[in-house]
Amino acid sequence: MARKNLVVVGASLAGLRAVEAARNSGFDGSITLVGAEEHLPYDRPPLSKAYLDWNEPGAEPESTTFRTESALREDMNVRLVLGRKATGLDIERKRVLLDGTSLDYDALVLATGARARTFPGSERLRGVHTLRTLDDAVAVRSALDEGARTVVIGAGFIGSEVAAGARKRGLDVTVVEASPTPLARAVGSAMGSACVALHHRNGTDLRCGVGVDAIEGERGVERVGLSDGTAIPADLVVVGIGADPCTEWLEGSGLRLDDGVLCDQHLSAGADGVFAAGDVVRWHNALFDRPMRLEHWTSAAEQGAVAARNAIEPGSAKAYQTVPYFWSDWYDSRIQFVGVPDADEVRIVEGDPVRDERVVALYRRGDRLVGVLTINGQNVIMKYRALIMKRTCWDDANTFAESRARVRAQSR
Amino acid sequence: MKIIVDRCKCTGLGICESLAPDVFEVDDNGDLELKSELVPDGQLTDVQDAVAGCPTEALRIEED
Repeated sequence: MARKNLVVVGASLAGLRAVEAARNSGFDGSITLVGAEEHLPYDRPPLSKAYLDWNEPGAEPESTTFRTESALREDMNVRLVLGRKATGLDIERKRVLLDGTSLDYDALVLATGARARTFPGSERLRGVHTLRTLDDAVAVRSALDEGARTVVIGAGFIGSEVAAGARKRGLDVTVVEASPTPLARAVGSAMGSACVALHHRNGTDLRCGVGVDAIEGERGVERVGLSDGTAIPADLVVVGIGADPCTEWLEGSGLRLDDGVLCDQHLSAGADGVFAAGDVVRWHNALFDRPMRLEHWTSAAEQGAVAARNAIEPGSAKAYQTVPYFWSDWYDSRIQFVGVPDADEVRIVEGDPVRDERVVALYRRGDRLVGVLTINGQNVIMKYRALIMKRTCWDDANTFAESRARVRAQSR
Repeated sequence: MKIIVDRCKCTGLGICESLAPDVFEVDDNGDLELKSELVPDGQLTDVQDAVAGCPTEALRIEED
């Protein structure tokens, strides 16, 4: 029986791509897009990058809204339900519960994303922000415009991008990182240190292995108290300590939850018609033969499209597998990572992280190339992504690296 | 069919290169190079994926 009623819960990138993929594949049933925020779907990566840059007074940063309201409502014939949170799911009756009302579906894409973690007790203090939503970015940007002394909690990618944005404006920035080795989970500890060398080079005060005891102030933030007894004066605190998948509303629904909605390789959550995409899904990535939850732009976009097509045509559902990819822009450098970071060995094949602007590092697990990190290595990163996709062995990956190094040496 | 790159939007992230390596390549300066201005035979799907996969929406395909 053909599906006629697609509901997409979550109106960010994955949700938008779900809607677009459904229409582009010729689906002519009804589509409803539910979003917790009032905003039309918007793009997040620029919010911690170009969006924070200084503009002439009165000039607005470039909007990151993906599509106009009329493009969604009229051109794509999508019913928009914005500013409404989903509160529950009934997989027997095939019904999404919103506050006080409900939506029936026969195809459903869960794309509720993740929520930035906050620092306990600081939520009501003026000047303390996470950076995930457009509203967050507007607030952080306006504090930077006022020349805020900035403290960033967490030397992860978001926090580091904010620090870079503040430094670009010439502001004093301190980054406080609880772990002695930043970015260990994202890229491994060796290359984490290589990345944070960029902070040192650009005059950001980075303090690792120091916890935050308290964020203090009367009405607004005034200082950040650290576990080593020192206090840093602050007008703006940006908390970048990770995000958790938004699955609370699915508790008791019968879906399997474990740091995300557990899905098979087709992004199916196990209930009839129910698929998931984006930051909220933990699915079986067959390329690495393991479950993964990613918070990356590329996979969110691709999963949104796959989940929607599978939800409306479950009989011909396609698996989704990928080599994870993310990028992050710090100061004038671009960090790119493909694959997975947990490795038996990390080998730097180009550059010296302390000295050089360009670094290429390969990650080995068993006898296979599983990951590559580059700093300013835009011309090779995707070639390595292709090698990982093809399950290239470690020796061949190193041979490739040597051939690239030869080409580079000759061209100098 | 012609491939158009909006140079104001492209930042050389390279996702297009990983989806359609015969058509797109990021050069040594980090800029996107078109190895073919036209969609090669049999590669329309790859190029369409690259267009959809571009985080800065810098790519489009123009009908002849």
